[in-house]
Amino acid sequence: MEHSDTATSAAHSTEAQGNGASTLTQVDRARRTDPAVLKDLLEKMLLVRRFEEKSAELYTLGKIGGFCHLYIGQEAVGVGAISTLSPDDYILCSYREHGHALVRGLDPGEIMAELCGKKSGVSKGKGGSMHLFDKTKGFMGGHGIVGGQIPLATGFAFASKYLKQHAVTLCFFGEAAVNIGSFHESLNLAALWKLPVVYICENNRFGMGTPVERASSLYDLSGKACAYNMARAYVDGMDVLAMRELVMEAVERARGDNAPMLIEARTYRFMGHSMSDPVHGHYRTKAEVEEQKRHDPIKMFTSTLETLGVINHDDVAELDKKVREIVEDAVAFSERSEEPDPMEIDTDVYTS
Amino acid sequence: MAMITYREALNQAMREEMHRDARVFLMGEEVGFYQGAYKVSKGLLDEFGPLRVLDTPITELGFTGLGVGAAMAGLRPIVEMMTFNFSILALDQIVNSAAKMLYMSGGQLPVPMVIRGPGGAGHQLAAQHSQALESWFCHVPGLKVVMPSTPADAKGLLKSAVRDNNTVVCIESEVLYGTRGEVPEGEHLVPLGLAEVKRSGRDATVIAHSKMVHVALDAATALAKEGIEIEVVDPRTLRPLDTETIFNSVRKTNRVVIVEEGWPYCGVGAQISDTIQLHTFDYLDAPILRVTGLDVPMPYAKNLEHMCLPDQARVIDAVHRVLYRTN
Repeated sequence: MEHSDTATSAAHSTEAQGNGASTLTQVDRARRTDPAVLKDLLEKMLLVRRFEEKSAELYTLGKIGGFCHLYIGQEAVGVGAISTLSPDDYILCSYREHGHALVRGLDPGEIMAELCGKKSGVSKGKGGSMHLFDKTKGFMGGHGIVGGQIPLATGFAFASKYLKQHAVTLCFFGEAAVNIGSFHESLNLAALWKLPVVYICENNRFGMGTPVERASSLYDLSGKACAYNMARAYVDGMDVLAMRELVMEAVERARGDNAPMLIEARTYRFMGHSMSDPVHGHYRTKAEVEEQKRHDPIKMFTSTLETLGVINHDDVAELDKKVREIVEDAVAFSERSEEPDPMEIDTDVYTS
Repeated sequence: MAMITYREALNQAMREEMHRDARVFLMGEEVGFYQGAYKVSKGLLDEFGPLRVLDTPITELGFTGLGVGAAMAGLRPIVEMMTFNFSILALDQIVNSAAKMLYMSGGQLPVPMVIRGPGGAGHQLAAQHSQALESWFCHVPGLKVVMPSTPADAKGLLKSAVRDNNTVVCIESEVLYGTRGEVPEGEHLVPLGLAEVKRSGRDATVIAHSKMVHVALDAATALAKEGIEIEVVDPRTLRPLDTETIFNSVRKTNRVVIVEEGWPYCGVGAQISDTIQLHTFDYLDAPILRVTGLDVPMPYAKNLEHMCLPDQARVIDAVHRVLYRTN
């Protein structure tokens, strides 16, 4: 890889780039976006929400085991970001990845089957909730160790550049990952070798039960990029259009100039860290969660689209009905599926 | 056949494989401009350029994980650890990503990567730079582990490792880099999972890998003078283990000594010993003995370091004991 002597001016700036501080409203952004795209974004957010609500239900019934980390509240981040990608691009995520997988177009039934440990699951029932993979869609997991996917994503970006494939890699992780070594080592390598990767830090405010202010000495998390002379931005992660526009710029830069970027998406998790954890308790109050729900990304976006007349109340009901059917079909598919064949226990350990 | 060093054999292996397959690249600390901390990558930067021979910052976790991602994306990285002592920093990516990716993706994503570099103890390098960590990697399903003891095996095993579609940990011996041996020119492959009998004998089997093969062979020469013929078996690949070659030797000699440089507790020899007793119990005429490094961090002082490492005298003593020929 060439070593860059002259980083871009954006990378030199210690000011956050992008639209985090923009005065544009969601209505402004919606006005300049294709209505078909707007409807698609809303449908995807609704699909993720209904899928996750159903996942919570199945977990409570004991049909989903292990750890199960839900994406409710954060839908705008994944939906906005992934809507900008081409089919050949790569996505790597943490263990809170059901939503990203759905948005990328993995089959909802196969995702649900994976959550339920069925042989028809995307990972043949061997991965589970935290390890969803679909190579054909560039969806490269589902990784369970905090920050573990960040060097991997950097490697995908390296391979794209090495093979001159012009693919971009999106790497999603929670805000708690910015304190771990793999994050820092990866950002340094990506900036040093100019790799086409966009790091998206989903700042949902809590690493399990520890608020970001008690975990990071720097509250403006995108500022971590400054240490690596990397472009950075923060964005309202509850605004799907702000998210989409910023990531679109970042992806274009990555694809065109092999320039990596760190984006901090400020969002909020409405559920507990995982299904085994409380929604509120010692670490946050019920009142705080309720207050945050006033900024529900789906309600906000629905209201924007209704204000602009892109959709009406009936359209929303229709969309909701559609995604509920997709989720019911996914559950039915999973229910019909068999458990993995015991003969599969020791396959896929090594390949020939 | 050419007489070349272990270091040159490894260099040839990488050069040939990089010529054969454009997806193969080398990455690590000082592998390029510096020509390798131990000169194993000498000349490769000039020959293949900076896209394929990459000097990394000192960031084992980062570049190993980058290698795993690149392998998942279709490349075939050779990741050099300047020494395996530093691989401990990369263990999360080796164990949790490289070894498990194929399984947890339901067979979708192999990780064809080689992690290589020198391991082992010696040179008064003290506690943190002088240790044998192979049992750590052997413990993990999904990894293969090779440890060549000769220049020919170094070349043949590394070439096979690069072509393997799994992650292969290749632990070279720092103290063997300068040793010479005959190496077939051109295409020379040693299959993974195939042991070699380095010396044939009837009285006892000594199983040893890497540098300890030479300790065992020296012991064999000395023992031959007293009429004891030991068979020296070099597994070459520690995982998967060639149990057939080992069992055949045990059935012949009925007595076993296992030599390794690493610590005794949960060591490689413990696993080999278990495998032997399970499958060839009725052939054994004596308990299996192990000669290992001492169960302490490596001391600096020369005399203490010497005490830690298995040597010819300890191997000879163990052979005497399995033959019940103690004084």
